[in-house]
Amino acid sequence: MAMETTALTGAGLTGAPGTAVEGRANIFEMTQAAEEAVLRPKDCGAWSHELRAALAARIAVQNDEHELAERYATGAGSFAPLAEPSQDGSAEGLAAVLAFMDKVATDTRNVASPDIAGLQAAGILDADIVRLCELNAFLAYQLRVVAGLRLMKGVFA
Amino acid sequence: MTKVITKFTRNVPHWQPRVKPVDLKEASDEQLDALKVTPSNTKVSEYVLTLAHDVESLKVRSPLFNAIMYDKGGMSRAERELGALAASMVNHCIYCAAVHAARHAQLEKSTDVTDRLFRDGADADLGPRDRAIFDFAVALSRTPSQAGPAEVAALKDAGLDEAEVLDLILSASLFGWANRLMHVLGDPVRLPETAS
Repeated sequence: MAMETTALTGAGLTGAPGTAVEGRANIFEMTQAAEEAVLRPKDCGAWSHELRAALAARIAVQNDEHELAERYATGAGSFAPLAEPSQDGSAEGLAAVLAFMDKVATDTRNVASPDIAGLQAAGILDADIVRLCELNAFLAYQLRVVAGLRLMKGVFA
Repeated sequence: MTKVITKFTRNVPHWQPRVKPVDLKEASDEQLDALKVTPSNTKVSEYVLTLAHDVESLKVRSPLFNAIMYDKGGMSRAERELGALAASMVNHCIYCAAVHAARHAQLEKSTDVTDRLFRDGADADLGPRDRAIFDFAVALSRTPSQAGPAEVAALKDAGLDEAEVLDLILSASLFGWANRLMHVLGDPVRLPETAS
């Protein structure tokens, strides 16, 4: 079975990924469709494909997935510098957005209602707040699948 | 007055959005299609109506969620719920933890494991198989992941096969996703009429 998905490629499971993964092929196909939906949606709202790629790369760096970060950053265009977590987004007028995304990605448990109210006060539409959360949340899932698969391959090889 | 719940519980709270959900009367055809709204079925949760703001994600997420949690084979449903619960405890998602602790208790026909976890936290006294599952899911749910070969070897030593480990990776990771929607976009509350 040949499946080309970001999750499997990221974990180094190309070619014959093994019986367990092949048994869940539908899940890996749907995972890839979900990546398309958050990184390259038809309706972007306020967040362009390039900015989404930069945010994905940034979250990958925060999760120590540097190869995936590089892969995402290739689509980031002029937003590429934001893939580096030390950049606060002020120069791009995105400081509030990046502070929110960083907290959701790395300190989820402490996110609270003022974090959402802050985005609303900065003029960000509710639909665009949901879009940011979906992007962040999907990356949290996919990056953990990649990390887990890599470990699984090492122990069950 | 509503009270925001801050402690883990199996008594599933009401989820109160922090943003305005999509108004069904103003929903686009694509949103209605994703919500599977028909004239005879107009009751949609506020959570799903909130996610309908990003309809392309909602459409792909629901079947993926169901496949990871309910598809046949591999890890038992109760153990997938334990993976979901571990992630939700790391991320302090009270709502997700309540739903999935309740499902675990229902599937196991016992509240023992979830009572212990909610009372004693991650150090709760668990059987060796549950211990390995919970520890791996907790480690994977940190940012960045703290799971290493030792946690996966512990799963293997506890008797899990590769298909079960894969399902645990998927269910714990899925709640890295679900928690970042539920816990971020809304509050778990007790409404006065549902207070217990």
